[in-house]
Amino acid sequence: MSETLPGDSAAVTEPGPGTGEDSLVHVNNLVKYFPVRGSGLISRTVGQVQAVDGVSLEIPRGKTVGLVGETGCGKSTLARCIAGLIPVTSGQVIFDGRNITNLPRRTMQPYRREIQMIFQDPYGSLNPRRRVGAIIGDPFAVHKTAKGGERKRKVQELMERVGLNPEHFNRYPAEFSGGQRQRIGVARALALRPKLIICDEPVSALDVSIQAQVLNLLADLQADFGLSYLFIAHDLEVVRHVSHEVIVMYLGRVAESGPRDPVYDTPRHPYTTALLSAAPAADPDAAASRQRIILTGDVPSPINPPSGCRFHPRCPKAQELCGHEDPPLEVKPGDPANHLTACHFPVQAGEVLARAGRRDRA
Amino acid sequence: MSLVTEFETEAHGAEAASEQSIEGRSQWQLTWRRLRRDKVAMICIVVIVLIALLAILAPVFASLTHHPPDVTFPNTGTTSAGLPVAPGTNGFLLGTDSVGRDLLVRILYGARISLFVGVVTTVIAALAGVTVGMVSGYFGGIVDAVLARFIDAVLAFPYVVLALALAAVIGPSLPVIIAVISFFSWAAISRIVRGQTLSLKEREYVEAARSIGAGPWRIMFIDILPNLLAPVLVLCTLAIPAAIVFEATLSFLGLGIQEPTASWGNILSAAENYYQEAWWFVVFPAVALLITTLAFNLLGDGIRDAMDPRTERIFAAGRKQRRGRGRSSTDTSAAPAPAAPGATASGQVAG
Repeated sequence: MSETLPGDSAAVTEPGPGTGEDSLVHVNNLVKYFPVRGSGLISRTVGQVQAVDGVSLEIPRGKTVGLVGETGCGKSTLARCIAGLIPVTSGQVIFDGRNITNLPRRTMQPYRREIQMIFQDPYGSLNPRRRVGAIIGDPFAVHKTAKGGERKRKVQELMERVGLNPEHFNRYPAEFSGGQRQRIGVARALALRPKLIICDEPVSALDVSIQAQVLNLLADLQADFGLSYLFIAHDLEVVRHVSHEVIVMYLGRVAESGPRDPVYDTPRHPYTTALLSAAPAADPDAAASRQRIILTGDVPSPINPPSGCRFHPRCPKAQELCGHEDPPLEVKPGDPANHLTACHFPVQAGEVLARAGRRDRA
Repeated sequence: MSLVTEFETEAHGAEAASEQSIEGRSQWQLTWRRLRRDKVAMICIVVIVLIALLAILAPVFASLTHHPPDVTFPNTGTTSAGLPVAPGTNGFLLGTDSVGRDLLVRILYGARISLFVGVVTTVIAALAGVTVGMVSGYFGGIVDAVLARFIDAVLAFPYVVLALALAAVIGPSLPVIIAVISFFSWAAISRIVRGQTLSLKEREYVEAARSIGAGPWRIMFIDILPNLLAPVLVLCTLAIPAAIVFEATLSFLGLGIQEPTASWGNILSAAENYYQEAWWFVVFPAVALLITTLAFNLLGDGIRDAMDPRTERIFAAGRKQRRGRGRSSTDTSAAPAPAAPGATASGQVAG
């Protein structure tokens, strides 16, 4: 049960060349639009899905940034843009001081080793026709870093490290449980000793008891290898558990971001407040005493987002200004310097939103 | 605390139990296990192996009977009227053909041609079809547009006309036949492979491969191809009999294998004028063709069912119902009942 994999430790401790900045990833004003094509023989673009619309964020070295938001708010698209899996419409992704935005595949190759992904679906993300050993060994094969017996040895070390029986490398993914499969995904992501692992809802398909195991594994690996995580989830409690910083997204934009505790304890954006109030609490007394804000309506279409603040049609605090003017993401009075909120009328401590919403409507 | 220990012991127990079977069962092993329970498919395999053995051993039969395939026996092999002799006469087990050659030996030599053409064209068609289909489906865009239209064009082509033209220009020969049949077989495989690739490339494990840094060719051949092999194998088992029939058709029309080389098609073609006088001349090569194509087709169906457990289960359920007729009669009688009013209603609408 060695804590580190021998032979590879040099790659981890090696400092990032160039910048003296403390953040591993800078995302500057990233925009990703998907064209919507009309039907017909010669399809022309009839609209744009504004999946990600001007998002900036930083991922500090060795820390976990949690990214939360409803389904369809652009979390996964943002993750894929950062990982370089889909081209970016505009904006920049700076990794380790270098601009890796829209690099061609071959130029991107060295960065692929440093940015890895763990996918949501532990069934869909493993090729059912390939043996587990081959799947975990893929990164070595693609980057030609280890062959034959050495590759097998490294694969088995990885399997052991993530808590799988290394004897099982000849099995097929179908022979593993969901939690074990997610461990296989973790082993594959870990193979090249990346600096950043983007976890796209890594536990949302798992049992609660298994979730904790995988989360603990991720935390152990972070401590051992100094990994940075971008952790996407819609489960707020999971994000609170794993994250150092939290970003709340709504409809392709950042609603609120900051260190975990200020965001969770004193949320300033009405959307964050609503999200937090909707999460079920483990403590029944606390659950009974707190307010619940029920948002009306669905997330508007990202093809035709609302004007001004994108949250205003569903916001209990919305006023006329919100429909015209896009609120900037900025520090609100009384907040620490890294707690940013995009809201004209941020929630004040002790304010009861649920009632305010009903009164406005009545 | 007790909960945790319980979980742990359970996990250890499961691990200990599975320690014996470390090697996972592959898709092919599972398919084979299911196929072995399919009696029809197993009979087909036996038949195909027998036909292949007979084809391989054709020269042995020729030397045992002292009837080489191309040698005519004007004295023993034809009647005084110059007609073929009946089966069993003068040591000709299946009789003779119109010029007094041993029909059995010629049918066995014909099997060599049929199986050779069937297998070789299918291999060529599968290689070409999988490659083109995968490239077309994976790359998409302009590559796909061009290749997909080309596939459509090939599928729409009147193949007999092309075969006629080629035979006229180059002259009929085995390589020409193989080329023509391959050219018309790959497109069907290609279209199905393209469709499968279009759906497979959206899978998350393909994205995972891209996130590792795998290039398009690696993704196609390492990640997508293994998932295509099942449908391609089924297509191949069905393409072999199609190619055999195609070859027989071309030979029958005089565009394929030429006399004196024996082929089921040209034997049937020669037999055309003798079906009243010598039934065996028509029946035996036709039966050989029928049995061979039927065996391959039924085997293809069996493999398809074995590959896809869902269809097998449907068939198994059907079989169970048929066997247990007394118990399931209520089910089967109940099933058509709701359909009947619909049928009459639609009939009224039509009337």
